[in-house]
Amino acid sequence: MTTIDTSRPEQIARDAPEPTSVPAVTLALSVAGISHCYGRRRALSDVSFGVAPASFTALVGLNGAGKSTLIALITRLFGIQAGRISVFGHDISDTPGDALRLLGVVFQPRTLDLDLSVMQNLLYHAALQGIARREARLRGDEVIARIGLADRVNSRVRDLSGGQMRRLEIARALLHRPRLLLLDEATVGLDVQARADILAHVRTLVAERGIGVLWATHLFDEIAESDDLVVLHGGHVLAQGSVTQILGETGAPNFDTAFRSMTEAADRRGRPS
Amino acid sequence: MSTTFVTHEHRKLGFGNYVTCLNGILWREALRFLHQRERFVSALVRPLVWLFIFAAGFRQVLGISIIPPYETYILYEVYIAPGLIAMIQLFNGMQSSLSMVYDREMGNMRTLLVSPLPRWFLLVCKLLAGTVVSLLQVYAFLLIAWFWDIAPPLIGYLTVLPALVLSGLMLGSLGMLISSRIKQLENFAGVMNFVIFPMFFASSALYPLWRVQEGSPMLYYLCLFNPFTHVVELIRFALYDKVNWVSLAVVAGCTAVFTIGAIIAYDPGRGLARRAPAGGET
Repeated sequence: MTTIDTSRPEQIARDAPEPTSVPAVTLALSVAGISHCYGRRRALSDVSFGVAPASFTALVGLNGAGKSTLIALITRLFGIQAGRISVFGHDISDTPGDALRLLGVVFQPRTLDLDLSVMQNLLYHAALQGIARREARLRGDEVIARIGLADRVNSRVRDLSGGQMRRLEIARALLHRPRLLLLDEATVGLDVQARADILAHVRTLVAERGIGVLWATHLFDEIAESDDLVVLHGGHVLAQGSVTQILGETGAPNFDTAFRSMTEAADRRGRPS
Repeated sequence: MSTTFVTHEHRKLGFGNYVTCLNGILWREALRFLHQRERFVSALVRPLVWLFIFAAGFRQVLGISIIPPYETYILYEVYIAPGLIAMIQLFNGMQSSLSMVYDREMGNMRTLLVSPLPRWFLLVCKLLAGTVVSLLQVYAFLLIAWFWDIAPPLIGYLTVLPALVLSGLMLGSLGMLISSRIKQLENFAGVMNFVIFPMFFASSALYPLWRVQEGSPMLYYLCLFNPFTHVVELIRFALYDKVNWVSLAVVAGCTAVFTIGAIIAYDPGRGLARRAPAGGET
């Protein structure tokens, strides 16, 4: 286990570089003691971690680890059964509107309307955020240009490639200018080049726009040394901290090996540590 | 790492944001409707088949006595027109719920549900949008029916509007409530068998209740307690510039109950919380 105490997510904020306009105590995302069951099946057990503003945090776990359940809880698609989640200090259960306004989400399944055009999808999302049409169009033009789809603005979304759809989903998630971006397996099903482009685009958002990112993935090659990691396995947090910290704790030469040793040890014990 | 923050908006959402959201949802439903021309055509063909073929065939078989709101003997086609209008709205309500199940399966629903605006408001907007679409279909049907000698008083075209809005909301909210309980698109066929057909046939849409009572007192009570009967009667009376107060009360009450039920069912802490994410996601 790393040196970061999982039961005190606010510690991450103290360890993270201090942003200029957000107090260090205010995490972009705070997940504290979250547990969730589907009937009798437990999907998450006492999950706690935090995401600092202007940081890239990778939520790493195999299929079935509980990543999508966690994203559904953070975005209030599911009600919280135990624990608390807050976005920049706004509790998702008590003040969902305030929390959701600060949140941009790219879900694992495609959530674009395939029969609408690129711009129409953006305008629809903007309306759901309460952004007036004229302003929405301005922002839409801006984000479409940024993702290189200016020539496809009136194309139906079903005519776009998988990579273009994902870029559009990211652009849409940023349209209301959130401060925290959640991406759930955003590169699944894309080719190597499209994956690299999207990952680079998101890292640029962190560096240039100060957006906090929670990147859920099971693809370890998407993790960079500078990233914060949260390792989720069987609904439990096995480790969290920087890549360097986790490698130091496990003594593994790379994250792939470290992950395997952590999860195998947890499975041997019958329950994760 | 740079920590330059862009300017973010922290103002509370105001009335204007709610109106923008409502407009956006209406606009999207209208676009979808325009893109699905087959839906519009089939929504019209269905009642027209009943009107042109079924009603013409049964005209000689079924006699209609003078019953309110009619003040004289009427043709059978005239009698079933309000029932066919209600049928359009019933199918439209179920179609909306079908599209909600589809949206949920395809993931589009999440875009709606992660909006910062209150979930009850988003669902009411969806209901209103579905109702507006049903109004377009109903007035197109009334226009065609006019050429078939189904011509209520001119004022009726106006006085029926509030009744259509209310009945559209009732049937839409019923569809929404049903959609919250349907786990897969494939299960929707059951809605046809267990909701649409029983509601339509066990009502006053095709035959007046006094005739049903003559045939089967039990069926009569079933029809009497069927909310769809009251949708039909509300529309029938409104088309003739009259109000059926009992039907109005039943339809308004059912609208409230179904809408509240749908809002509870789509509450994250209740309805949706019970389901695991779709395949592959956990």
